[in-house]
Amino acid sequence: MTTSAYQDVIIAGFGGQGVMLIGNLLAQAGMEYGREVSFLPVYGAEMRGGTANCTVVIDVESVGSPLVQTPLSTIVLNEPSLAKFQPRLADGGVQIVNASLIDKALVDSKRRTVYIPANDMALEIGSVKMANMVALGAWLKATDALPLACVQDALNRVVGSHYAKLIPANAKALAAGYNFA
Amino acid sequence: MSDTVARTLIKGNEAVAFGAVDAGCRCYFGYPITPQNEIPETMSRLLPAVSGHYVQAESEVAAASMLLGACAAGVPSMTSSSGCGISLMQEALSYMNGSMLPAVLVNMARGGPGLGDIGPSQGDYFQAVKGGGHGDHRNIVLAPATAQECYDFMFRAFALAFTYANPVMVLGDAIVGQIKEPVRRTPPADALSPAQLEALAAPWRVEGRGKRGPGAAPRLIKSVYLAEGALAARNRLLQDKYEAMRAEARSLSYNVDDADLVVVAYGSIARAVRSTLRALREQGVAVGLFRPVTLYPFPDEALRALAAARPGRRFLVIEQNLGQMVEDVRLALFGAAGCGAEVLWHGLMPGLLANAQMLEEPVRMALAGKEIRS
Amino acid sequence: MNSSSMPTPDALRPRDDERLVFDAPASQADRPTHYCPGCHHGIAHRLVAEVLDELNVADRTILVASVGCSAFSYDYFTVDALEAQHGRACAVATGVRRANPGSVVFTYQGDGDMAAIGLAESVHAANRGELITAIFINNTVYGMTGGQMAPTTLIGQKTTTTPEGRHLLGEGGPLRMTELMAGLDGVAYAERCALDSVKHVRAAKKALRNAFEVQLRGLGFGFVELLSGCPTNWHMTPQAANRRISEEMIPVFPLGVTKNLLDK
Repeated sequence: MTTSAYQDVIIAGFGGQGVMLIGNLLAQAGMEYGREVSFLPVYGAEMRGGTANCTVVIDVESVGSPLVQTPLSTIVLNEPSLAKFQPRLADGGVQIVNASLIDKALVDSKRRTVYIPANDMALEIGSVKMANMVALGAWLKATDALPLACVQDALNRVVGSHYAKLIPANAKALAAGYNFA
Repeated sequence: MSDTVARTLIKGNEAVAFGAVDAGCRCYFGYPITPQNEIPETMSRLLPAVSGHYVQAESEVAAASMLLGACAAGVPSMTSSSGCGISLMQEALSYMNGSMLPAVLVNMARGGPGLGDIGPSQGDYFQAVKGGGHGDHRNIVLAPATAQECYDFMFRAFALAFTYANPVMVLGDAIVGQIKEPVRRTPPADALSPAQLEALAAPWRVEGRGKRGPGAAPRLIKSVYLAEGALAARNRLLQDKYEAMRAEARSLSYNVDDADLVVVAYGSIARAVRSTLRALREQGVAVGLFRPVTLYPFPDEALRALAAARPGRRFLVIEQNLGQMVEDVRLALFGAAGCGAEVLWHGLMPGLLANAQMLEEPVRMALAGKEIRS
Repeated sequence: MNSSSMPTPDALRPRDDERLVFDAPASQADRPTHYCPGCHHGIAHRLVAEVLDELNVADRTILVASVGCSAFSYDYFTVDALEAQHGRACAVATGVRRANPGSVVFTYQGDGDMAAIGLAESVHAANRGELITAIFINNTVYGMTGGQMAPTTLIGQKTTTTPEGRHLLGEGGPLRMTELMAGLDGVAYAERCALDSVKHVRAAKKALRNAFEVQLRGLGFGFVELLSGCPTNWHMTPQAANRRISEEMIPVFPLGVTKNLLDK
């Protein structure tokens, strides 16, 4: 498996969609893969508008800026996030767009996009709450940033012990997203 | 990838708490304020487990006063806050300087003035490095940029505080506090052990005179000197101490050797600049970065050496405020010692989330000798 | 015998046929104070020193001084001491006591320090049940700065900043600290005493002892308020000042124990 040297992603959605969880998971997996990583939740006034976002940077050398103006990739789980981050996507970048909640007409056809019904796929696997994992799986395939198995394994360090029984289903959701893309 | 074992992914704020406790900190006093709440939260978990004390104070005034008391007892202790909370601590900070106490304070700075916002800012530079409280005093100021440095610098902070019997401020910001990064929990090479810290405090701490054997004279820790000439003598002592601290100036340089322009930046802004310069390097533009790690003492000699090494090179200060560190850079490079180096400045507004791309333009313009002030 | 750094001069030592019946307590430094004639700080200091001697704790005691007339109280005790900022003594004492759990810590504060600028620090340290003893000198006036209104100034009392006498509305009523403290769960002992008569002085010593005792037994915060005279700023003789305490202050600040967990 080849992986690219530098990758950054802005993950955005409503509070409660698990944006921070998959950001954490990705950073944890990147660290366990031996990379330098940074995870930065964006809080403040922006958070109170109902959307949350975080930036994850994965690099082979120590991470410089933990924030990016023009991300190489995005994962957008709701419409306000698409409106905010689609114009910022770097030329040649890729966006993972949640088809279950975002009208296709809003997607810029000139952008490389994985339009994936994350909520519906997650519901099929067991719970709509795993839509974030489906989207992250699709992102892993689209960016080739980290191996799927590495991220699935990192679930064991990121998911709290109270929810440990949900890990297999989340791993399945990651795989479903990966195989969709 | 053999070096993955000992790394844990934690926030800068959590790294501060782990670093402090691993360095021997046993008392924490604080009052919640965003964006540093993970520090008190983590401390409230860690300290009871090592027979330490976590006290949630009624205010930052009280927290800093409790810190004064615990430091007078010679026990490695700290507080943390941000913005208006740090302002409220200035009274005790002045007293702790006057009383020569080894206090450690962490400021995860937020935007001001006033209530401002909870985003990142470097607007507290003057307050941190020029004293901050009343009277003539100086705090040693360390400026971490990464979560790992948050951990490591706590050891350095306690070592310096006890070595010089002087308050040390660790000055981060909302980015440095909130960023999650891999951190190795191993003491840095220059750490002092808790026993070494205790030995440094043993000659002056208040402890109950009985601890020093029968007939021991009582000790007094104070900052008041009313007798004629007494305050002058005390301030001369402080002046000598501040002079000795100059040996502790630290800085880091990246790609400066062939650079016609050296950007001077600290903390989270230095990180953004480093990414900017990486992108410019790839385009063949020779720009370097000088990053002060201690803001007080300011690494002015290292800066002058850079100016002397390549006469004619320019310096561009980038900071997230209306122009503060630029004054220290200009002082360092003033006159013949600075080889006539030109100092340009670019400021970012507080609360703004700086990234590498937005700094490209001011750096490119500075290469051409043009200043984009903000 | 006095073990302070200033030993009793030989001329003052008892001869073989004499018996020493009165001496400074060992915990009290044998030196003249800076207090005004008739000031009650001297009595209060002595009582505290006697209690430290009797409890045999002076060698592990740390005094946290305040700002006000008693700013230099540390000069008069033979114990380790430190300075606190104005009003912050209880917070500073919290830090000392937490950092050194084996120590005995007390604050000594006037009415401005304890009840005005330091009200928050005093109340919250008490509420946390910090194992410290706070000694509160209430003389209804700011002494060191020259007789301005205190939070405990009586209604109608003229001071340099209430030239017409203190008005309830606008300037506030006299703050009753002992009652306030006694209402806090963390307080183990609270009593108001006066230093105007021998009987009251004796009661004050017992109160001080109890306020240290609760600290030693780990029961909580100990608090003693001492109604004291300030002849200088009251513009009175010491005798008249004593009368003022009994006739004007005690009716507003009733004496007695308001909280005591020692017997529980």
